[in-house]
Amino acid sequence: MNDCIYLDNNATTKIDDDVLAAMLPYLSIYYGNPSSMHTFGGQVGRAVRQARSQVASLLGAEDSEIIFTSCGTEGDNAAILAALKAQPKRKHIITTEVEHPAILNLCRKLERDGYTVTYLSVNEQGQLDLDELEASLTGNTAVVSVMYANNETGVIFPIEQIGQIVKEYGALFHVDAVQAVGKIPLDMKTSTIDMLTLSGHKIHAPKGIGALYVRKGVRFRPLLVGGHQERGRRGGTENVAGIVALGEAAKLAEQHLAGVAWEQQLRDKLERGILSSIPNTVINGDPVNRLPNTTNIGFKYIEGEAILLSLDQYDICASSGSACTSGSLEPSHVLRALGLPYSVLHGSIRFSLSRYTTEAEIDRVLEVLPSIINRLRELSPFNSDDADWLKEQEEAVLAR
Amino acid sequence: MWDYTDKVMEHFHNPRNQGKITEKQEGEEIVTGEVGSIACGDALKLHLKIDEDTQTIKDATFQTFGCASAIASSSALTELLKGRNVEDALKLTNKEIAESLGGLPEEKMHCSVMGQEALEAAIYSYKGIPLDTHEEDEGNLICRCFGVSDTKIRRIIRENNLNTAEQVTNYVKAGGGCSSCLPDIDDLIYEVTLEKEKSVEVAAAIATASQPAPSPTAKSLTNLQKITLIQRVIDEEIRPILAEDGGDMELFDVEGDIVKVVLKGACSGCASSTETLKLAIEATLKDRVLPSLIVESV
Repeated sequence: MNDCIYLDNNATTKIDDDVLAAMLPYLSIYYGNPSSMHTFGGQVGRAVRQARSQVASLLGAEDSEIIFTSCGTEGDNAAILAALKAQPKRKHIITTEVEHPAILNLCRKLERDGYTVTYLSVNEQGQLDLDELEASLTGNTAVVSVMYANNETGVIFPIEQIGQIVKEYGALFHVDAVQAVGKIPLDMKTSTIDMLTLSGHKIHAPKGIGALYVRKGVRFRPLLVGGHQERGRRGGTENVAGIVALGEAAKLAEQHLAGVAWEQQLRDKLERGILSSIPNTVINGDPVNRLPNTTNIGFKYIEGEAILLSLDQYDICASSGSACTSGSLEPSHVLRALGLPYSVLHGSIRFSLSRYTTEAEIDRVLEVLPSIINRLRELSPFNSDDADWLKEQEEAVLAR
Repeated sequence: MWDYTDKVMEHFHNPRNQGKITEKQEGEEIVTGEVGSIACGDALKLHLKIDEDTQTIKDATFQTFGCASAIASSSALTELLKGRNVEDALKLTNKEIAESLGGLPEEKMHCSVMGQEALEAAIYSYKGIPLDTHEEDEGNLICRCFGVSDTKIRRIIRENNLNTAEQVTNYVKAGGGCSSCLPDIDDLIYEVTLEKEKSVEVAAAIATASQPAPSPTAKSLTNLQKITLIQRVIDEEIRPILAEDGGDMELFDVEGDIVKVVLKGACSGCASSTETLKLAIEATLKDRVLPSLIVESV
């Protein structure tokens, strides 16, 4: 199973060997508490400080602006709730229809608690309408939370344009950058972002560690109240090994970003190969403003889970926004927000690459995929012969 | 990742009987049952070739849009159908389809339900009964996202002994979209449970109310005497108990040892309570009239 062709890096990534080597001593030799007054604990405290600098450097931030968290979900929750606590008179939140559940479900809960939430729509390219954003902003808006890049389509939002508009209304600006960090360069020094969430396991660190950037001067209230750790902004003894791992992963990501856009070359090769060898296939989302490692491809007339399980036979790992893979019975909220036709929606597959992806792996996918798609299409009652009937079905659904 | 059985994966990778049926001989009819839609995420076209003389399914093929378990369920269904008599095939339940695959994950049971529905649609089409007059569509729409009626939900609750709304979602998708109908599904489960308890109670009451009486022997009864005695036991001992719960019954006919009855009022329209009641009535008649009697509800 270790030899699988792993093209599901937006779900999680493999731990880099250097990251593992950096963290292991903190699970064995250096078990001290970084808050302790003795030398044994003190050396652990130094490792945490170094990791904080490494993460800050990746973001172009200052060390004191980094709070270590347990995951992306914690970062998102902490940011939104802090923004609301810091501005108790403002009761309005703006976010988008395509956010991660960590934001969407929190917002739904806040609606039940009396807050008003605006969910900005996206067009068929997965892009926001900035006029809609501007029309939604009021003096009552506490926070605007928008993801940097979408986990399913890879579509990148115009974050700085959004930030400029948000600042005019005095609201705080939070960005869930879990998918963007390590994949595209970010610089908080020149940014309008007030708070930014990142997660370790998306950048080759282990699961269970993340960070929240909070711009200096932004009023912050902790989600976890406890000891003085993280300067009182996040109680709880530090996950030292995880923090060291995140620091090392941030350092490696920064080095990688300075080099060649390897994933993008391979991603483009994969896309071109698929589109030229398999008919009735489309790229979902804005093809230009997109993460370099991600492609979301709709294979018409067939269902995603069947494609994934067929790929799995060849030890190829990808993912799908189809209903059948989620257990929720409805296809991905992101692809639905794009308004894709159902014939595309259910057969959409996401391939997400990493710096470890090789050309041989992409070639292998291109070798086996056409016959997989062809076999499933032969099984399907929907095919080009039925195009009219299919169109009728889709129109009937839209009319409902 | 779903926990599929090896059999599901085997049928998924090597499906049997895929495609359409194009050729038929004289005296054969080809019919198709269609369920699902592209919007739902799964759809099945089941094609049957039926020998009109023997009413036997000579061939069954499928075309499926859906996940691995939908494809496997369709494939298994076609295997189950070949060689079956049409009436016999109509009795096939979704449970049998799932069992033939060594079971399906609970969240995927709706794939087997889709198979059963396509089968029903195909046979109804063969018999010339339009599907939209089928009782299910007369029910109230409960789940708007997936278009599921209360009749269908009640049936699936009874046939599979479901206890939670989550299970209903797994079997027929109802409640799996916006989830606003989950409280309604809870109510339906409660109602079906009540119906079941009621029918068990009534059956028990019939059994205890039967007073021991000298059992006449078969030889001593003429056909007329037998029918008269059956009618009397029904009128004097069974109907009063049914009436207490708003139910009723009527003797329809007696053919040899087969006693045909019509269940009415609160007794009708519920598959599991019908079965329970039928057995209770049969036990009483066996005891009071003739041990060889068999009750059929018509």
